[in-house]
Amino acid sequence: MVFAIWGTLIHPDIGAYYEKIAGQEGALAAFFQTYKWILLTFFIGSAIGIAISALIPMTRMPERIALSHAFGGLAAALVGVSEYYREYGHIDHTTMGALGFEVLFGGLTFTGSLMAFGKLSGLIPGRNITWPLQNQSNILMFGGTFVLLVLVTIDPSNQVLFYAMAAMPLLLGILFVAPIGGADMPVVITLLNSYAGLAASATGFALNNNVLIIAGAIDGASGFILSVVMSKAMNRSFRNVLFGAFGKVDEEDAALATSGGERVQEASVGDAAMLLSGAGSVIVCPGYGMAVAQAQHVVGELAEILEANGTEVRYAIHPVAGRMPGHMNVLLAEAKIPYTALMELEEINDDFKNTDVALVVGANDVVNPAAKHNPASSIYGMPVLNADLARSCIVLKRSMRPGFAGIENELFFAPNTVLTFGDAKDTLTKVVEALS
Amino acid sequence: MLEIFLGLYIFMLAAFVGYGVIKGVPALLHTPLMAFTNAISGISLVGSLVAAGAHYNDVSTVLGAIAVLCATINVVGGFWITDRMLRMFKKQDPKADAAGDAAS
Repeated sequence: MVFAIWGTLIHPDIGAYYEKIAGQEGALAAFFQTYKWILLTFFIGSAIGIAISALIPMTRMPERIALSHAFGGLAAALVGVSEYYREYGHIDHTTMGALGFEVLFGGLTFTGSLMAFGKLSGLIPGRNITWPLQNQSNILMFGGTFVLLVLVTIDPSNQVLFYAMAAMPLLLGILFVAPIGGADMPVVITLLNSYAGLAASATGFALNNNVLIIAGAIDGASGFILSVVMSKAMNRSFRNVLFGAFGKVDEEDAALATSGGERVQEASVGDAAMLLSGAGSVIVCPGYGMAVAQAQHVVGELAEILEANGTEVRYAIHPVAGRMPGHMNVLLAEAKIPYTALMELEEINDDFKNTDVALVVGANDVVNPAAKHNPASSIYGMPVLNADLARSCIVLKRSMRPGFAGIENELFFAPNTVLTFGDAKDTLTKVVEALS
Repeated sequence: MLEIFLGLYIFMLAAFVGYGVIKGVPALLHTPLMAFTNAISGISLVGSLVAAGAHYNDVSTVLGAIAVLCATINVVGGFWITDRMLRMFKKQDPKADAAGDAAS
């Protein structure tokens, strides 16, 4: 009954269809017969959705989100194709335009998000894959797809054009995301979020369904806001982000790695523990390395010991730390760290100079002071955490490999910085043991 | 033709409302926000229900059924995981409750 009402609400014909069938046979049997596909897929889908959501560790949240964008995009694209197939022959131009947008954004989101998922989970190398004339060919293909969209809107009866237009975005999604390196993922994920919303909204236009238009618009707006926040946090223009040029910084900057002659100061676990135990205030700067090492719980343990010792412990969260907006916040919340101790960049950046120890856990480019004073650096102008201004700075690092931008981090060579090499979780566990 | 303008009108209004509401969500909760808006846009489920359940033809039914599958994963999974994340923020102290509720 509920389904009948619902059916009537979304599409008058279905309600009528149901009533007709129900009148002829047993209502329940008719119900299952009519909606067997919906019921079956609904239960399977719910089971998969709950299983993924309940079991996935918080460190893998970016993968989960990328995957759900892929599902959303696929659903929109399939509904679009199904709608075209069904209505073929009597589609007007406006509906065709909406269907076109739906299939375009849906397909783009689907393969783009799958690529993002592959890169985040390590199935595809996270490095930027590049080829000659990449941006030019991508933009050309994107333009070509739009031309197809216009042509198909003018002539909705041309099936070849439509299916070509439906296939192009699938390829485009792969080509657009392939060149983008891992650390640019926050921008990609938020952008795909926005596209998924636009696809849902276009579905609403094609089906004349206001709920869909609204839900899609809200999703699109949210994705848009977040991608603006992300691109601001990386000091890239929005245009730069949209045209996929942002993966290209690496090569240009490899030449800038100049600090070959300088030496870093290495600190043992004992030294680090001593520095921390003597500190009156500590600011932790987490980065993607913390998620990779799954070190958030041991960070929490360390904070507990330090706080019991009378040390003030706070956390400086850079907007693009991690692989998606809010990634670090969720991880630290999982480790039962009170959210009041999690500070945003603007809130805490002036406090570094009055802080005894900045503890950098798996972050790199977001604490590179070169962004503040070296115009030659590719990240020049990007807001960074002032970890270099703290009285001393402990950096937990696996090796001396530079960050995603391919540049050396000046922070590592600063006189008040010490580096402790090793897996962040192991190192911190040893520090906790030494302190307790 | 009128319908498309009405639709655009609704789209723009919803985008503005969405912009206003989401702008207020602190960076702290951006990950749950993404999971949540993703679940909401899984409302495209409505569209796929029409395609899967209306018995137009086999192709539409199969494509629609796959779409229902994808959309259900998003809606059910999305709300579930948003709840799971917000509960982590809620547990800590009474003030966190307010932040969690504001976002949900």
